[in-house]
Amino acid sequence: MTLARVEFSNRASRIGVRLLVLALVVLAAAPAWGGRDDLRLLSEIYAYVGLASLWNLLAGYAGLVSVGQQAYVGIGAYLLFGLTLRAGLPPLWAIPLAGIITAALAIPVAALLFRLRGHYFAIGTWIVAEVFRLLASQVTVLGGGSGMSLPAGVVTSIAATRQAREFLIYWAALALMLVVLLLIVWLLRSRYGLALKAIRDNELAARSNGIDVIRIKVIVYIITAFATAMIGALIFLQKLRISPDAAFSVNDWTAFVIFMTVIGGIGRIEGPIIGALVFFLLRQTLADLGTFYLLLLGAVAIAVMLWAPKGIWGLIVDRFGWQLFPLERRVVLDDRGA
Amino acid sequence: MGDWINVIVQGVLVGGLYAMFAAGLSLIFGIMRLVNIAHGDLIVLAAYVALVTTQTLGIGPLAALMIVAPLMALIGYGLQRLVLNRTLGDDLLPPLLVTFGLSVIIQNGLLELFSADSRKLQAGAIDVASFSLPGGVSIGILPLLSFVVAVAVIGALQFVLYRTALGRAFRATADDPAVAQLMGLDNRHIFGLAMALSLAVVAVAGVFLAMRANFDPAIGPARLIFGFESVIIGGLGSLWGTLLGGILLGVAQAIGAEIDPGWQTLAGHLVFLLVLAVRPEGLFPKVRG
Repeated sequence: MTLARVEFSNRASRIGVRLLVLALVVLAAAPAWGGRDDLRLLSEIYAYVGLASLWNLLAGYAGLVSVGQQAYVGIGAYLLFGLTLRAGLPPLWAIPLAGIITAALAIPVAALLFRLRGHYFAIGTWIVAEVFRLLASQVTVLGGGSGMSLPAGVVTSIAATRQAREFLIYWAALALMLVVLLLIVWLLRSRYGLALKAIRDNELAARSNGIDVIRIKVIVYIITAFATAMIGALIFLQKLRISPDAAFSVNDWTAFVIFMTVIGGIGRIEGPIIGALVFFLLRQTLADLGTFYLLLLGAVAIAVMLWAPKGIWGLIVDRFGWQLFPLERRVVLDDRGA
Repeated sequence: MGDWINVIVQGVLVGGLYAMFAAGLSLIFGIMRLVNIAHGDLIVLAAYVALVTTQTLGIGPLAALMIVAPLMALIGYGLQRLVLNRTLGDDLLPPLLVTFGLSVIIQNGLLELFSADSRKLQAGAIDVASFSLPGGVSIGILPLLSFVVAVAVIGALQFVLYRTALGRAFRATADDPAVAQLMGLDNRHIFGLAMALSLAVVAVAGVFLAMRANFDPAIGPARLIFGFESVIIGGLGSLWGTLLGGILLGVAQAIGAEIDPGWQTLAGHLVFLLVLAVRPEGLFPKVRG
């Protein structure tokens, strides 16, 4: 008797997963081998890998090209300040709660934005983010337009010593990136993932096969808002200072994130990770040149979009067929008997 | 009561400027389905080009427009032929990403060249001149001039689109690029001309923006958003609708600012969201294919 089953992994992804686990062990031990600056840089990279992976899920899979994800970074960050300062919550607990509240906020936002299609959706998301930025600058208890710093009392409640705090926040950033990546892998391996890939490849065909496209897009939008807000909260827990312009910056939390995703390879889970690494490589090498690296980043993103629209990882896949994550579905005929 | 009339009149006049931001945006979206994220930054670029022109040649801003508008049109044509034409297609990501990249490049390039200091174009005598109407309403010459120019620009665009061979080519390409090409039109050239026209309008908008208010390299995105809101409020595909959309946005902002200075931009956004919720096709739509 021959049974068919679906397998996700192949030889490449089995090697890939081992490499990822190895990398994770090395990174988790970073407080033992790295200095304070290394930890800070790595946490920043984790945050961007998370943001870019989420944007990739949104735009690369669900076809929702948003240029307003800074809304959720900002809301998450402001909720962190509000929840710790006004409600007295421990900061690390405030992060998931900020995510949940933001997800609830994203529901009415989605109801409004999903009236817009394509390009209009994109700019609509930006305007919504602007509305939240302007509202945040009206909240005087959280510093209004000029922002505020996280009071020492809240900071020391994470851990008593500075070193312990830095380690904890570092591990939290690593864990959060891992949670985001696993969430995306889980989503893509679920039946929603199959639907998402169908939507990515051809929305009309997906719809005619009975996929409720709008429902899935809304679900992805809300999940993305949830996770983006948690990352935003953690970024500003590390920065210790918030202002509406910084928390809702379109360049920092959307433009660069989009550039990373496109440079790395949109529509593939590995793409944003590669893209984030390229971004930081560029930034660290060109740091002396001031804003010049931003100019270069924009130019590189344009060049990639024009001449290699599948990005760096797309080129690698075409050439070598590698995959780091077990996501490709293959039907395997199993005839060892039932 | 006189106060409120004043507020509304100023809002209407600013609305003309917003309609100018919107007209170029709406034109290229209508013709080639391209949303130009760098539109606001191009307006700011035009303002800086005007600044350099007035300073080096020692001429007034309006005279400088004779140089800035053709120059921006040339930049537009080149940009379209060399870069943007490659991004057109069914996928909306390439044009969005590429114009986003341009936006970051223009902002940071201007920042490198001109620093973050705010600048203003000196318009001379009309800068502060104004006249009074009965009822305590006072109208500045410059705001009035920018409104009149906005109406003229939109009238001219309307004329080009519906009364000239070029406009016929624009509309044909917009309706069906493949058939237009079969009829002997070179789409790449037509799109280049459309972007040139769009950036000529951007030049006018940039010069009036620079005469009316301070500008710096970072203010582009907000101008893009005001233009976009005017288009959506007014309704797609209608230039006169866009003018009314700009006016409505300007009035909403003026009223918001009167209530609380922090509410100026927010009030405009809220009107936009309200229109979106109640009438997503805009207030004066002219539905096209």
